[in-house]
Amino acid sequence: MPIAVFIALQFLREGKTASSLVIAAVGVGVTVIVFLSALIGGLQQSLIDKTLGTQAHVVVRPPEEVPRLLRADDAPADTIVASRVQRPAQRVRSIVGWQRTMVELAADPEVSVVTPVVSGPGFAVRGTASKSVNVLGIEPSSYVRVVAIDDRLVAGRLPDSGAEAAIGSELAADLGVEVGDKLRLQADDGRTALFTVSGVFRLGNREVDERWVLLTLRSGQTLLDLVGGVSSLELRVRELFDAETTALRLGAATGLVAQSWMNTNSELLTALRSQSASSLLIQAFVVLAVTIGIASVLVVSVVQKRREIGILRAMGMSRGRIVLVFMVQGGVLGMLGSIVGVAAGVAVAMAFRGAVVDARGAPLFPISVELPLILTAAATAITTGLVAAVLPAIRAGRLDPAVAIRHD
Amino acid sequence: MTDAVIELRGVTKDFGEDVVTRVLEGIDLRIEAGEFTALVGPSGSGKSTLLNLLGLLDRPTAGILRVLGRDIAELDDAELTALRGRSIGFVFQFHHLLPALTAVQNVLLPLAIGDGHVTAAHREAALEGLRAVGLADRADERTTRLSGGQQQRVAIARALINRPPLVLADEPTGNLDTATADEVFELLRSFNRRSKMAFLIVTHSPELAARCDRIVTLVDGRIVEDRAIEH
Repeated sequence: MPIAVFIALQFLREGKTASSLVIAAVGVGVTVIVFLSALIGGLQQSLIDKTLGTQAHVVVRPPEEVPRLLRADDAPADTIVASRVQRPAQRVRSIVGWQRTMVELAADPEVSVVTPVVSGPGFAVRGTASKSVNVLGIEPSSYVRVVAIDDRLVAGRLPDSGAEAAIGSELAADLGVEVGDKLRLQADDGRTALFTVSGVFRLGNREVDERWVLLTLRSGQTLLDLVGGVSSLELRVRELFDAETTALRLGAATGLVAQSWMNTNSELLTALRSQSASSLLIQAFVVLAVTIGIASVLVVSVVQKRREIGILRAMGMSRGRIVLVFMVQGGVLGMLGSIVGVAAGVAVAMAFRGAVVDARGAPLFPISVELPLILTAAATAITTGLVAAVLPAIRAGRLDPAVAIRHD
Repeated sequence: MTDAVIELRGVTKDFGEDVVTRVLEGIDLRIEAGEFTALVGPSGSGKSTLLNLLGLLDRPTAGILRVLGRDIAELDDAELTALRGRSIGFVFQFHHLLPALTAVQNVLLPLAIGDGHVTAAHREAALEGLRAVGLADRADERTTRLSGGQQQRVAIARALINRPPLVLADEPTGNLDTATADEVFELLRSFNRRSKMAFLIVTHSPELAARCDRIVTLVDGRIVEDRAIEH
C-alpha cells in the first residue's frame, strides 16, 4: 500500500468521530443531489414525453403563401392599386418534390427518421352527430417512429388499408363509435369517404384526443385533394435539445419552413430551463457547503497533527507525500460520503415514488434514478473531497518540520 | 582519520530578518562512525538549533555542513529530505510516536517512507526491531497504551530500523524515572557497541553524559569544550 494512503487511512481511523460526521455531511449532500436531480429529471422527462407524445421533433412545411403584388407602373390605367396588402388564407399545399426532399432530410446525420404526412381540416359524421376534426394521412410504419402513437392505442390498431381510420378516444366517445364501427369523414371542400374505425388512441392531450383522425397516407391525400402530395415531412432527430439548430440548418438547406418542437414549445422550454437552473443552483450550494465542511475538518486535522507531520518529515517524508496524505483523506471522505449519499438518495427517491401516488396508485411524480446520475453524484462528491483538501494539504506540506516537531 | 558521518565547519545560525539573533557561531564539529557523544549545555545555549542542523531539519546561515561527505548547501529540499530519511535517526524526549498507529506500524515508518510503500517485509523488519528492544509482544498495540519507557523503546526501534549512520537523541531519558532512564540509555549504548552507528545524545544529566565516549559542551551558541572520556 502506498505510504501516503496508509497514513491517510490511519489518520481517518484515529479521528473516527470527525470522519463519521464528515461522511454523514457528504452523504446528506449527495442524497439531496441524487433526489433532487432524480425528481426534477423525472418531471422534465415526463413533461417532454407528454409534449413530444403528440408531435415530431421537427416539422418541415412548404413556405407560407404570400400575396403577389402588381407593380403600379405595370397596372392598366383603370386598375386601382391596393395600398393595403392582405395576407392570404393558407390552404393545404404539398411540398414540391417531397420525395427528393425526404431523401435529403434522411441523409442528414442529425436526423434519425423522416415520415411524410398530409393533414387538413374536416368533419367526422355519424348519424346526426358531426365533429370538427384534423385529418392526418400517415405512413404508419415510419410515423410511429416519430410519434409513438402505437404505444397509446387503447383499442384496435393503426389503419393499414385505405378504408380504415384510427381516432382519438374523446372523439370516439363523442360520436359513440368503437373499433369496427363505420365513420364518415368530410373534407372542407365537401368530398366525403366512409371509413371503418380500426383503432382508438389516447395521447393524454384533450385537443388531440378530440380531433385527430389518422388515415393511411393515400386515403388522406385523396380526402384532402392532395393526390401524390404531402403537406409536411415530420422528423425525429438524434439529439432532442439540438432540434432547433437542426431545424434552422434544414430550413436553410431546403428552402422550406422547418420548425422544431423547441420553437413551438418555447414557454415549456423556458420553464424547463428555469427549473434546471434552480436545481443547479441548489446543488451548487450543497456542494459548496460540503466542500466547506470537509475543508474545515481537514484544516483542524492539519493543526492537530502538526507534530505528526513534523515527525513524518523528519523521517524523510517529502512535502509532496504529506500533501498526498491530506488529499487522500479528502478523496476517501468524498468517496465514502458518496456511497452513503447515493444509497440514501436512491432509497429516498424510491420511497417518495411509492408514497406520493394518485388515486389509481400511480406515482404522482415520475422519478428516475439512472446510472449516469449516480456516477455523476459520486464523481461530484469525490471531486469535492479532493478540492476541499487542496488548501489544508498545501498548508500541511508547507509546515517546517523543525517547528512542527516542537509543536505542543 | 576515519570517515566523518557529519562535519560542521565554521557554522553559524541566525534567526530573524529585521532583528537578527545569532544562536550558533563558529561551530566546528566532526562526528565519526561509531562515536557515542553527549551534547550538553544550559537551556538556551543553542542545543536544539544545533540538533536541527545536525538532523538536516534546518540549514546553517553560514559555514559548511557535510553529511556523509555531501555538502548540504548543494542539495535542494527534496534531496535534503531524502538524505535525512536515509542517514538520520531521531529519538525525541517525548518519543513523538504517531498515536494513530500501532507500535509495529510506527517502527516500520522509516522503511516504508524510504520505499514509498508499506510491505510485509517492512512489518517483519519492524517486528525484529521491536524484538531487539524487548517489545515484540506489544507490536500490535496502540502506542498510547504503552508505558513511557516502552514508548521510548518503540521510538528507539523506529530510529534504528533502517540502520542510519547517525542517531540524534534529544533528551531521550528526560521524561523517564531513573531506573527506566538507565534502561533506555543502556539500550542506546548497546546498539552503539553492536553497530557502527554514531549517536549524539543531548542530555542535562551529567551522570549520563559521563557514560558517553565524548562530551561536547555548548554555551551561548559556541562549543566551549569538546573532550573524550576515558572509561
